[in-house]
Amino acid sequence: MALYINQAFSGLGYGSILLLAALGLALTFGQMGVINMAHGEFLLAGAYTGHVLLDVMNNAEVAFVVSIPVAFVVAGAIGLLLETLLISRLYHRPLDTLLITFGVSLVLQQLYRDLFTPQLVPTPRPSWLGGNWSFGDVIIKHNEFFIFVFALVLVIALALMLKLTPLGRRTRATVQNRDLAESLGISTKATDKLTFFLGSGLAGMGGVCLSLIAGTQPTTGTGYIVYAFVIVIVGGIGNVWGTVIAAFVFGEAQKLLGLEFSNDATATVLVFVAIVVFLQFRPQGIFTVRTRSLA
Amino acid sequence: MSEPATAKKSPVLSAYARYRDWIPVAGWVLVAVALLAILPGMLSAIDITQFSKYYCLATVAVGIGLAWGRGGMLLLGQGLFFGLGAYMMAMYIQLTDAGNGKAPAYLQNVGEFSDDKLPRFWEPFRVGATTLALIVLVPALLAFAIGWAVFKRKVKGAYFAILSQALLYAFVIYIDANQLQIGGKTGLTGLKKFFGLRLADRDNQKLLYYVAAALLLASIALMIWLYRSRFGELLVGVRDAEERVRFLGFDPANVKLAAYVLSAVLAALAGALYTPINRHIGTGDFAVVPSIMMIIGVALGGRTTIFGPPLGAIAVSYTQYRLSSEFPTLWQYLLGGLFIVVVAILPGGIVDLPKLLTKGRYAIEDLIAKVSKSTSSGPPPTPPVTREQAPTADVTA
Repeated sequence: MALYINQAFSGLGYGSILLLAALGLALTFGQMGVINMAHGEFLLAGAYTGHVLLDVMNNAEVAFVVSIPVAFVVAGAIGLLLETLLISRLYHRPLDTLLITFGVSLVLQQLYRDLFTPQLVPTPRPSWLGGNWSFGDVIIKHNEFFIFVFALVLVIALALMLKLTPLGRRTRATVQNRDLAESLGISTKATDKLTFFLGSGLAGMGGVCLSLIAGTQPTTGTGYIVYAFVIVIVGGIGNVWGTVIAAFVFGEAQKLLGLEFSNDATATVLVFVAIVVFLQFRPQGIFTVRTRSLA
Repeated sequence: MSEPATAKKSPVLSAYARYRDWIPVAGWVLVAVALLAILPGMLSAIDITQFSKYYCLATVAVGIGLAWGRGGMLLLGQGLFFGLGAYMMAMYIQLTDAGNGKAPAYLQNVGEFSDDKLPRFWEPFRVGATTLALIVLVPALLAFAIGWAVFKRKVKGAYFAILSQALLYAFVIYIDANQLQIGGKTGLTGLKKFFGLRLADRDNQKLLYYVAAALLLASIALMIWLYRSRFGELLVGVRDAEERVRFLGFDPANVKLAAYVLSAVLAALAGALYTPINRHIGTGDFAVVPSIMMIIGVALGGRTTIFGPPLGAIAVSYTQYRLSSEFPTLWQYLLGGLFIVVVAILPGGIVDLPKLLTKGRYAIEDLIAKVSKSTSSGPPPTPPVTREQAPTADVTA
């Protein structure tokens, strides 16, 4: 029994990791419909920010705390640059954004290789996140718990932002009907830029947290991208809570099935097949934004 | 492109109109001559093998051209079908290499010499004919199942692309993790004989070159025929205005399904041929990134054209082969840049270049006109040639 409980907690941790990876996408892909294949590299931008700050400060505790806001700005700035230079020209060609951003991801990966070597680099891992709590046989790792809490805080902040702030209203209006939003005086271009900045920045912050658990090297980002997209799709476009549910269900299914079959790969295959079947019944994901469009 | 009625009848244009349908056929003959007669004499023994591989990838590209260029379905996961075909062929080769009752090479590598531990799903691949049949049937049925599930529910565009990528990802993970069932991350290596032909033999490698070229030429010929058929027109209709096709009484899902299944079969056949040429197959040959690489050649060559996808794929693979070992860093930047430039500036591929140049010329002329207008306050200069009056640049396309 303890084995299953442990595995369930491990699933929560894994779900939070996936959630952090997918959260930025929930904004850029979910709200704006931009398929950003370079999203994994934005995560890495955050992780490498942590690495550089650790190098400069030589103190894991301080570097970690400082790197979270700095990573937000760094990744956000890269995202803003990408949006301004390329994506803003391609809003009516979603499949082409996919290909262009894949090119960007190749360039960024090589850039990381040139700047930080192809090997794993050290990232700030504060000592207060190194331990774990144990309740009998049940063990909760501090770093997984931190990622879980951090992911939830970000989700709530994002949901409130979308619901309550003027930017959130503008974003939702732009998503639901771009032309109408434009005619109501909303600058959809400025909204796009700001939303993309936020989404990329979220990825940067996520990257710092991911580097607590996963190693940081130029190819790390690609490992997350497939999961992240699938989670946003299953969660339902344009709904942050769908992404949250999908991420945790995905994490739990992966870990519990992995225990059941004592094989993570079989679990992954089963989860992906289950997703295809699920999309049969709900092609628009868990939550849907109702529209009258034929598509 | 029909000529406007007012256009002057030039002899070149009318000849073009009359023989337009034969241009692809003539192009096919040219490509056939180049692949079968000219290139084999020019290539070294190593390059023969390299080009054989490019032809396999080009065959995948032909399928992608059909589904993406004509059908509007971006296939990010063609590696799934390529890999299926490749692995099935590799299983057959390893079994025949080992002989009856002995374990295939991948099991011998981990110290298992009898075939007791061989998984059941290897059994059908002892016989060449069943292997060949399964290489076509399994990917076709799988593509049918995926396509049915996806297109009937009107899942499309980006969703379909990402879904196909996710399925490929699951396939790769499964193979990588199952060392004892299918060879794991190492793949199936040390392949020796292909239907009795020793693969290390130069003459047999040359034979495989011709087989690969023939497969590519056959698939291009199929496209020439398909694009001209009613099905080809319907497919373009589905791409450009799916709802209109639906309102006309067709089911777009069926049209897409047919194109998707066909492209899957082409990828599987190419994969099955790639294995004996490469004499090794592993997930690294068709995982997520190589599968996207299959796309860029298609985009570069012109996704909607007949010859663009295969020639683009060959060009990209060849450049990669030349550059990636000598200048690995440069190649990565170049490849990334290629994606960005081709998609942003030349969405129709290299065939868009003349159009782009004409557009650039107009832009420059407009600019000059504007500048001269603002500098001379006298009578306005003669208006520049406008787009409508200019002769269409499309006739060569």
